[in-house]
Amino acid sequence: MTAANPLLGAVAVGLGGAAGATCRHLIGLTVSGRRSLAAVNVLGSLVLGAVLAAPVDSAVALGVGVGFCGAFTTFSSFAVETVTTAESGEADVAVGFALGVLLAAIGAALLGSAAVAVAT
Amino acid sequence: MERTASGVGLVALGGFVGALARYGVDVAAGDVTGAGTLLVNVVGSFALGFLVTRAVGPRTRLFVGTGVISSFTTYSTFATDTVALGTVGGTAYVAVSYGLGFAAALAGLAVGRRP
Repeated sequence: MTAANPLLGAVAVGLGGAAGATCRHLIGLTVSGRRSLAAVNVLGSLVLGAVLAAPVDSAVALGVGVGFCGAFTTFSSFAVETVTTAESGEADVAVGFALGVLLAAIGAALLGSAAVAVAT
Repeated sequence: MERTASGVGLVALGGFVGALARYGVDVAAGDVTGAGTLLVNVVGSFALGFLVTRAVGPRTRLFVGTGVISSFTTYSTFATDTVALGTVGGTAYVAVSYGLGFAAALAGLAVGRRP
């Protein structure tokens, strides 16, 4: 995904990223650990699925899709949470978490995309 | 970690930097679906694994961990790329991303815990 104006595109990604990280942080302060990671990753995948299917301007796609959804969701915290859960002896919880988030996020991305297809 | 205005500011600033860096990698990686996202997710998982073992202050943790690294990596694009790659390609992409991502997180933890 690139914008007609590279500078505008980069600014949109940065600002979207700042907003996405802030929202993820605030959810993390409210809901703890795995629940919060599952929530942001599934919700962000739903929104990104919709954004990619919607006929939006490239700067909007960059700001909301690459910036906001990209930063709101996170793979690194998810990976560290999964392996530390397994390390602590809860291997079954770790596997359930990793597969549960995967299936829910893919389902959410498909749902977001389908919802836009119906609406447009 | 308590909710403070400066804490939120550090996360936002880190999010700006991390998302922009991810976008840069994505553009540099070109048109191969999932390539840039796989790279940032593996590198970021190692970096975060390392960071969480270190005795850094809460402000550094918020800026670098919650802000930069967590925004550099992404799950939403990983999910939509998996869908775009179809059943066979998507399954392989998940296996590689999970395999390398978890291995990188473990490696980061191991390196960070070394005395």
